[in-house]
Amino acid sequence: MTKPILDVKGISKSFGALKASNNITLDLKPGEIHALIGPNGAGKSTLIKQIAGGLTPDEGSVWFDGQDVSALSTAERAQKGMGRTFQISSLAMEYTVLQNVVLGAQGHRGDVFRFFRPVMKDKQLLATARDALAQVGLEEFANFRTSELSHGQRRQLEVAVALTLSPKAFLMDEPMAGLGAEGSHRLMGFLDGLRQQAPILLVEHDMDAVFALADRISVLVYGEIIATGSVDEIRSNAQVRSAYLGEEDA
Amino acid sequence: MSIILLIEQALNGLQFGVMLFLMAAGLTLIFGVMGLINLAHGSLYMVGAFAAAATAAATGSFLLALVASLVFAAFAGVIVETVVIRRLYDRDHLDQVLATFALVLMFSEGTRWAFGSFPLFLDKPEWLSGTVMLPFGIEYSLYRLTIILVGLAVAAGLFWMIARTRIGIRIRAGENDREMIAALGVNISMLYTLVFALGAALAGFAGALIGAIQSVQVGMGEPVLILAFVVIVIGGIGSIKGAFVGAILVGMTDTLGRQLLPMFFGLFMEPAAATSTGASLASMAIYLLMAGVLLFRPKGLFGGA
Amino acid sequence: MKRETLLNLGLMAALLAFPLWAYQADEPFLITLTTRAVIFAIAGVGLNFALGFGGLVSFGHAAFFGLGGYAMGILAYHAQTYTPLMEAPFLIEGTKSMPVIWLVAVVISAITALAVGALSLRTTGVYFIMITLAFAQMFYYFANSWPTYGGEDGLSIYIRNDFPGLNTMDPIQFYMICYVILALVLGFVWAAARSPFGLMLGAARQNEERVQAVGQTPYRLYLVAFTISGAITGLAGALFADLNRFVSPTMFAWNMSGEIMIFVILGGVGRVFGPVAGAALFILLEHMLGGLSEFWHVYLGAILLGVVLFARGGLYGLIAGREVAHD
Repeated sequence: MTKPILDVKGISKSFGALKASNNITLDLKPGEIHALIGPNGAGKSTLIKQIAGGLTPDEGSVWFDGQDVSALSTAERAQKGMGRTFQISSLAMEYTVLQNVVLGAQGHRGDVFRFFRPVMKDKQLLATARDALAQVGLEEFANFRTSELSHGQRRQLEVAVALTLSPKAFLMDEPMAGLGAEGSHRLMGFLDGLRQQAPILLVEHDMDAVFALADRISVLVYGEIIATGSVDEIRSNAQVRSAYLGEEDA
Repeated sequence: MSIILLIEQALNGLQFGVMLFLMAAGLTLIFGVMGLINLAHGSLYMVGAFAAAATAAATGSFLLALVASLVFAAFAGVIVETVVIRRLYDRDHLDQVLATFALVLMFSEGTRWAFGSFPLFLDKPEWLSGTVMLPFGIEYSLYRLTIILVGLAVAAGLFWMIARTRIGIRIRAGENDREMIAALGVNISMLYTLVFALGAALAGFAGALIGAIQSVQVGMGEPVLILAFVVIVIGGIGSIKGAFVGAILVGMTDTLGRQLLPMFFGLFMEPAAATSTGASLASMAIYLLMAGVLLFRPKGLFGGA
Repeated sequence: MKRETLLNLGLMAALLAFPLWAYQADEPFLITLTTRAVIFAIAGVGLNFALGFGGLVSFGHAAFFGLGGYAMGILAYHAQTYTPLMEAPFLIEGTKSMPVIWLVAVVISAITALAVGALSLRTTGVYFIMITLAFAQMFYYFANSWPTYGGEDGLSIYIRNDFPGLNTMDPIQFYMICYVILALVLGFVWAAARSPFGLMLGAARQNEERVQAVGQTPYRLYLVAFTISGAITGLAGALFADLNRFVSPTMFAWNMSGEIMIFVILGGVGRVFGPVAGAALFILLEHMLGGLSEFWHVYLGAILLGVVLFARGGLYGLIAGREVAHD
């Protein structure tokens, strides 16, 4: 069995009386898309924050690429190779599209404290940046101001910025949210191929997308993982049907 | 040094702290409710002092002077709020700082224009002059003692108002959620004007009370304003309780520091050097206090998480 | 060529032509006035580095301006009284050499900005504004109550400091020194705005989460920006003290912090040359309104209020368009 890239070992997090994460164990193996689903308020955002940094678990630990990263900051985890996209697009809105991807490439390469080299003339960064834009199909928009992009294009740009980090794993928080049918379809095709580059932990509401893409699915309900398994296993799991899918059918 | 002198200085520190609270309460309320940083608060303090001095000169009545300080400062507050401040609630802090700094320039120079550069004098009334005997044979200025008591009474009234009255409930609601209280049908712009006027009146009142100890002059508001900032940063911006604790802390630290530090250095330095070193350090003491608090609690003692 | 570039060039050309004309016309006062504008511009460019590019609203830059001033004052005072600054553990003598003084001013301001920034940047928003203000006040009161260097009366330096090969007492020669320093500082800031650091700092101003997600720490970026910003403003302080041959605690006063901020705002926040336009306009207003009325700050206040409420881009916003260029 291949070693997981990301290994979440029994993490718990409480806010007062509310147990937002209860002894969650979850892993992400090379080459797979592992989807995390669950009803609203199940604690998905809390879990993502504990994995990506910004929120420290009360108990348990997060391992990434064979290393305990629980005590590292968000920035340090990103440097280790966590490529994150946000649920609500989080970009430098005043910058052009190209500047945003160059930002990613520059952040990943380090050497940020340089004051005399024009960053937008750095051939290496530009090559990485343009390549990432081409992969998500935004190359024509390189010189657009980010605030001029449509909602869907911003989601694509988020993915492009994550690509510039040459991540070892992607953490994608609802990348399809707000995309039209066509946009979703295109992004699905892209993610399908992307798993060969790096595995994806995919938080997603769109069940069709999840069932079409995921190698494994974990179901989070009230801060607990109630089931993990293949698409078929999850589809047929009685507990999941009643706790979650049942609601959708009703 | 005698214990009596120490107690006297502690009382002075308390008096200073109570006055700082009157300034800081308005600042912190205005920030808590409207999210506004108001540099012109010191100008309202000055307006109160000038109104009191002018009224006292015209009528000879100290009580009338105090009333005038409240009325004029509140009135100035209402005008400033409706003409300028109102446009700043949705702006970022930079705009608020600059616009209220512009107001400070206008207030200061306008007052200099009207009253000249020479200080005015506001005399404390006959019936508050002299000293009183406190327990343990401590002789203390009656006026300063009155300031402490009046200040504490105003503080108590303010706490009561915010905890118990309708307007207080609205103020607290406004701190939590502006849209919610608008939805409840409270006239929000009226509430804002009212809170601003209340803060202005407290500042003006403090200006009048202090004006009788120090001189009434242009620029008197700025040092107090900055101390009030230190107070609310220490206490936690938006918290009235924090403002009170912060004000007493700052008042005590400053007053006792000025008294004790030179004496402390006098223990092992020659007198002249001890005085200057002590005085220099004392002038920095409250800022060091602030830095210390922020090191452990970046949002102040009573600030939110 | 873009309008902003044209405006930059025009501004710098005017700042060269006007004093030269004043020199021809034998109007040394106008040269001194322009020198003031140029020095204020340097202070503003310094603040703009933190405020405009990093979004750090520092209301305490008078601290660095004053430190630069006192670095000059103290060094020159010891040189003119032939007393050492310090004897133990090693001897430090005063100096009248401008380059040495500038170096000391820059280093002291940078170290102070690093310390003040390290503490202040733990907070954000309105806390940051008030804390930077309070730290500047700390220096103000300290300078007032510390008798060694004149306390509240300040320090007078009889003869302007030396620069190799120049007569610094000649207004036009001193002006040229300041102008060249302004040009060098602008060159640095212009390059830095386009550098990896500038890109990352600007991103942190817009969205800290984004910067963290690409593996960088906003706090470090801010701290470096604040330190550089303080150092530049400190250099301006040293020049200002040399211009007046006088330092006093008023260089630390909060009005000074406010005025430096005004230079930035009048010109246009986040524009490399904005503070130059802002400082020039400020001096122009001071000169013209000051001639109209002793109470010209009333008008200054009204103008500032108007700019904040109705013309937020400043002069550059009005002339070169609202959008800040980022290429």
